[in-house]
Amino acid sequence: MQARGGGKMRQQMPKQDPEIRWRNFDEVALGFTVEQAQAEADRCLKCKKPMCVQGCPVEIEIPNFIALLAAGQPEAALAKIKEKNSLPAICGRVCPQENQCEKLCVLGKKGEPIAIGALERYCADWGRKEETEAKSTPQETAAKGKVAVVGSGPAGLTAAADLSLMGYKVTLFESLHAPGGVLRYGIPEFRLPKAIVDYEVGNLVKMGVEIKKSCLIGQTLTIDDLFSQDYQAVFIGTGAGLPHFLGIPGENLNSVYSANEFLTRVNLMKAYLFPEYDTPIRIGKRVAVIGAGNVAMDSARTALRLGAEKVIIVYRRSREEMPARLEEIENAEEEGVVFHLLTNPLQLLGDESGNVKTMVCQQMSLGEPDASGRRRPVPILDSEVSFPVDTVVVAIGQGPNPILLKGTAGLNLNKWGYIEVDPETLMTSIPGVFAGGDIVTGAATVIAAMGAGKKAARAIGNYLASKK
Amino acid sequence: MEIIDKKELAPGIVQFLVDAPLIAKKAEPGHFIILRHKENGERIPLTIADFDREQGTITLVCQGIGKSTKEINQMKKGDAFLDLLGPLGTPYPINKLGTVICVAGGLGVAPLYPKAKALHQAGNRVLSLIGAQRKEMLIMTEEMAAVSDEVRYSTDDGSFGHHGFVTALLQQALSEEKVSEIVAVGPVPMMAATVKVAKEFNVPIVVSLNALMIDGTGMCGGCRVTVGGKTKFCCVDGPAFDGALVNFEELLLRQRYYHEQEKEACHRCRLEEAGK
Ligand SMILES: Cc1cc2nc3c(=O)[nH]c(=O)nc-3n(C[C@H](O)[C@H](O)[C@H](O)COP(=O)(O)OP(=O)(O)OC[C@H]3O[C@@H](n4cnc5c(N)ncnc54)[C@H](O)[C@@H]3O)c2cc1C
Ligand code: SF4
Ligand code: FES
Repeated sequence: MQARGGGKMRQQMPKQDPEIRWRNFDEVALGFTVEQAQAEADRCLKCKKPMCVQGCPVEIEIPNFIALLAAGQPEAALAKIKEKNSLPAICGRVCPQENQCEKLCVLGKKGEPIAIGALERYCADWGRKEETEAKSTPQETAAKGKVAVVGSGPAGLTAAADLSLMGYKVTLFESLHAPGGVLRYGIPEFRLPKAIVDYEVGNLVKMGVEIKKSCLIGQTLTIDDLFSQDYQAVFIGTGAGLPHFLGIPGENLNSVYSANEFLTRVNLMKAYLFPEYDTPIRIGKRVAVIGAGNVAMDSARTALRLGAEKVIIVYRRSREEMPARLEEIENAEEEGVVFHLLTNPLQLLGDESGNVKTMVCQQMSLGEPDASGRRRPVPILDSEVSFPVDTVVVAIGQGPNPILLKGTAGLNLNKWGYIEVDPETLMTSIPGVFAGGDIVTGAATVIAAMGAGKKAARAIGNYLASKK
Repeated sequence: MEIIDKKELAPGIVQFLVDAPLIAKKAEPGHFIILRHKENGERIPLTIADFDREQGTITLVCQGIGKSTKEINQMKKGDAFLDLLGPLGTPYPINKLGTVICVAGGLGVAPLYPKAKALHQAGNRVLSLIGAQRKEMLIMTEEMAAVSDEVRYSTDDGSFGHHGFVTALLQQALSEEKVSEIVAVGPVPMMAATVKVAKEFNVPIVVSLNALMIDGTGMCGGCRVTVGGKTKFCCVDGPAFDGALVNFEELLLRQRYYHEQEKEACHRCRLEEAGK
């Protein structure tokens, strides 16, 4: 059985040379060539009982799309993916496949799993190049009534697309001046080109979805206002946009940013093109990023591209616990980011103008497992170390975006402040109001948010049908 | 988002009347908006200086300091802002307290006006103390007079009213009568000095802070200020805070932070203008 797949090597994604890319904002991973896609698709065993599918949060029929690709039918392969996933160009780039489909691929037991993410990306990019999706036509408006979607991150985009396909007239409300959520303001250009986000949003508009930007639900309009404007149901996908800080002395010194601010200045406001764009960013020579998730990797690599001489990542646990995608950790290392693991910041010291100058840390060791199952970092006595820094980015996680929650009476929250929903239907404590994505689960993944958007769209359809 | 009317209040200070029915409908004293005037412009926070729910309009006052604000002030009647997000922030609490002193420094009159107006309507005796660099920089004097029981002025150069800082007027007023609350808006050093006086006289004081902002919705944390030893987000928790608890030194340092780069942008736009 291993003859076909196992014998050949997994294709490696071509990338921009680290020596060159660490100073530019162009995409790092370049995508498979036709030959590579063919070779990799040929390697797949097209299993009868595909394990990979079980690892996919939206259950893409992976062996089927790969078989179509192997047979030289990229258009059909893409259509197969799109049955389950409306944003494959994005997922192919940012999903943590090594923890999902590729983790379960049978070929991974003895050798290397199929590069499923790279193949998904290949199909999506092929479609974008060939403009196959331009065909999607606007739906009959108001055929089935109006639905409001709040927040245009992956959860909202997916819910809007599915509801629109089901025949509802959808309006997407977004507080920022550009749609996409984290895809727009968080994930940098070199990992997810904004042209792709624009393209996917453009497809939604072609489908007849109306996008209202700069509209903050909870302030500009309330959920009640939406119902009185004849929206029959509301989906909330407002994300986990509230930055956490460490609460250590010196955190409000200048040049100490939350990752959200740092990345928003660069991605949304395009500060890397200052002064062509008006929003500035100040970057020092020595940058420390605190945390080791995707957000931290993105911040560290962005700092390099803005011209920092030395970028370090400081993380209080060890390499095994780093939550970032493996590929992004490797990319960061290749580009010269230095990791200080088992190192916990204690305080930041500044100069007389209030700019950060020194970061004082304590060394840690790993103790007993904690509630999360990960070994708890415990301080090592008398192990303080100091790093000279002139920029610090805090990337230790986010909480629920509070504005809509504060402005909506009757919306029940769980003990962490996220929206409480029925696990089956994703309906909140307010009838007709559904929620999904990071605002329900806490900061998670693009695909999990998309899965929630999909599930909610289906539930909204059922709910509205049952009301008739 | 169309500019319905425009008026220069003082050199470099422009008042806009803007068509924004959704925002006007929800606006309360203390609210602000964030606007972008063009595609690659900054997100600029401006206080809602007045609003008219029937007409669906809001009033904004903008001082041309950086590149974006200078460009905004070049915009004409009939032009439209690209984006206008609001109302943002937590409204300022309006109660009937007795006598309230409203202190404004420079452009601070604009954000102060809707509060003075609401306090006056709520039945308070409003004593307004307005300071500016010089006479021609005094703005919205008629509007303030209309919502105040009494107005006193000071100018740094003595060209109008008391010669000196507005804090001197405050000191005098506080020694004259019993005051329930002070509301102060203006440059950070002026607010810090005002708070000092209020503390001396043991009168509660509310200040309205203008921290640097990006999104204005609690997402970036760039607007954080320390109030009572705790980190607060100015855009969501404020912009009004208990003045006695605000860490003004930190605020001042944070505000100076982007100054250098702003200069670069301005320098460049002047070069471009010169090149035309
Ligand atoms: C820097 C960074 C890198 C990441 N990298 C990865 C990765 O590689 N792979 C991965 O799978 N995941 C990654 N993630 C996580 C992933 O992006 C999120 O889990 C996902 O975007 C959540 O989607 P969402 O739709 O729930 O919310 P979001 O993407 O957060 O979108 C919410 C949207 O709602 C808007 N909004 C909020 N409140 C309101 C309101 N009251 N009214 C109107 N609009 C509102 C916000 O402005 C925002 O646009 C990353 C996250 C960050 C920050
Ligand atoms: S488990 Fe691996 S080999 Fe089997 S179908 Fe999925 S990708 Fe192909
Ligand atoms: S302006 Fe971003 S959190 Fe306040």
